[in-house]
Amino acid sequence: MTFEPADRVDRVPPSGIRRFFELAEEMDDIISLGVGEPDFSTPWSAREAAIASLEQGKTSYTANRGKRELRERIATDVQQRYGLNYGPNDEILVTTGASEGVDLAFRALLNPGDEVAIAQPCYVSYRPGVIFAGGEVIDVPTRVEDEFKLTREVLEESGAAGADALVLCYPNNPTGATMTAAELRPIAEFAREHDLLVFSDEIYSALSYEHDHTSIATLPGMRERTVVFNGFSKAYAMTGLRLGYALAPPEAIGAMNRIHQYTMLSAPTTPQYAAMEALDNCESELDEMRTQYDRRRKFVLSRFEDMGVDCFPAKGAFYAFPECPWDDAAGFAEALLESKRVAVVPGSAFGAGGDGHLRVSYATGLSDLKEAMNRIESFLDEQ
Amino acid sequence: MSNRGDVLALLRENARYTNEDIARQTGLTESDVEAIIDELEDEGVIKGYTAVVDWEAVEEGDEAVRATVELNVTLDRETSYTDISDRISKFPQVRSLRLISGDYDFDMEVEGDSMSEVSHFISDKIAPIPEITQTVTHYIMTTYKEQGIEFGDGPDDDRLSVSP
Repeated sequence: MTFEPADRVDRVPPSGIRRFFELAEEMDDIISLGVGEPDFSTPWSAREAAIASLEQGKTSYTANRGKRELRERIATDVQQRYGLNYGPNDEILVTTGASEGVDLAFRALLNPGDEVAIAQPCYVSYRPGVIFAGGEVIDVPTRVEDEFKLTREVLEESGAAGADALVLCYPNNPTGATMTAAELRPIAEFAREHDLLVFSDEIYSALSYEHDHTSIATLPGMRERTVVFNGFSKAYAMTGLRLGYALAPPEAIGAMNRIHQYTMLSAPTTPQYAAMEALDNCESELDEMRTQYDRRRKFVLSRFEDMGVDCFPAKGAFYAFPECPWDDAAGFAEALLESKRVAVVPGSAFGAGGDGHLRVSYATGLSDLKEAMNRIESFLDEQ
Repeated sequence: MSNRGDVLALLRENARYTNEDIARQTGLTESDVEAIIDELEDEGVIKGYTAVVDWEAVEEGDEAVRATVELNVTLDRETSYTDISDRISKFPQVRSLRLISGDYDFDMEVEGDSMSEVSHFISDKIAPIPEITQTVTHYIMTTYKEQGIEFGDGPDDDRLSVSP
């Protein structure tokens, strides 16, 4: 008897980003535009609320679904921001990061062999999550000419009509693409026509710079077939505190909670106090961070434009997704790292449709960002 | 925010941003930025640009001694706050002067090369002004934050250099 990974684990290749991470970690004084999390710290009052809760000894489990006061605040917050109506009792589940919510939804709602269409390029966890849940992935590569928005056309071309579920994430990591209500409508229509469940990861919803964020769950006939994932990581710079939530009708949340109560018991308690404070009192910090990201976004896009690097106008999250000047984006990223000490991530790490592009994160202060863009420019000039 | 508001916010964040830096972050052209800054300066909205200095980090001999001074004054029919502030503001030792609400009237910041210089300045030049009834001097010992900038090294960026 030896330790052999189970078959379903073996079916998931190691993360494509891993090799690059190892290369970058070995080097000193790199400027990294490869980071998928905010450079800000959690707003101080939220950190202080977490500290105060520890001082008061509030270190026990919470309710499986999360503290009731937190669920009530989440219900109010998503109602006011996005017009999403979910009851704090049975339609909201507080999870250990939005990632746990995604995993729970796949395991609780997919049967072995179910087919899941995943709009790509996308965050790296959806495919493994579907496979761990016994599902089959249908790749739906979005296109640069559509500014990486999901369209009915690519859904049809990739055979998503026969799927059981659809995964989408807008504002998008890694492309920075966003979708307006008008652009989501045909997707909702497609989901209704073909009776698809929809898993909508909206973790970057607070970071939409050119138009208000629309949740697909607010479109007609969608609430009953959609699970929405969101959380505190990106909006409130709380990635390491691991706190997210899922919104869905009671049957879905109930099924997800059945796994959650046995495997996680409850999301960590201390971050729940930080999250309540964030929702109560950190609106101005949220606005300030959004303002900073937006300035950097404009800065990066304008630098790429002047360098003659094609880059569609990313409108959300904190990523630009320029076309790679070389055919081999991974080779380019490696050469850039070696010679200029600037890390970017090849788009192929994010699935179908990402090849030939680079993910450039602007979750970095302006002075480093400026230096990094100067180095990229001089790298290109030397070629 | 208006274009003027954007430019002003960026200059308050870092007055050494070039016109190009500001243009790229706002989507304005460089000449727009230049025109807005000229306008803000001409209108007296922007009064000047200055460095935020941590005097404890400056080499010995170059550092300045600073104090905040509470000033109480009495007014009469012929004398207004502005009359008094005009007199006080003229001294180059006075770095800032503000009329405030509360227990005293003016909040004044003074800078000099030594404690005795600052003390003499207050006792010889400020206290004798007829309208001034009381001065209370507080020497600044350590500055932790000024103009929105925290002193000290700040936290290291301990994020993973590449993450999904």
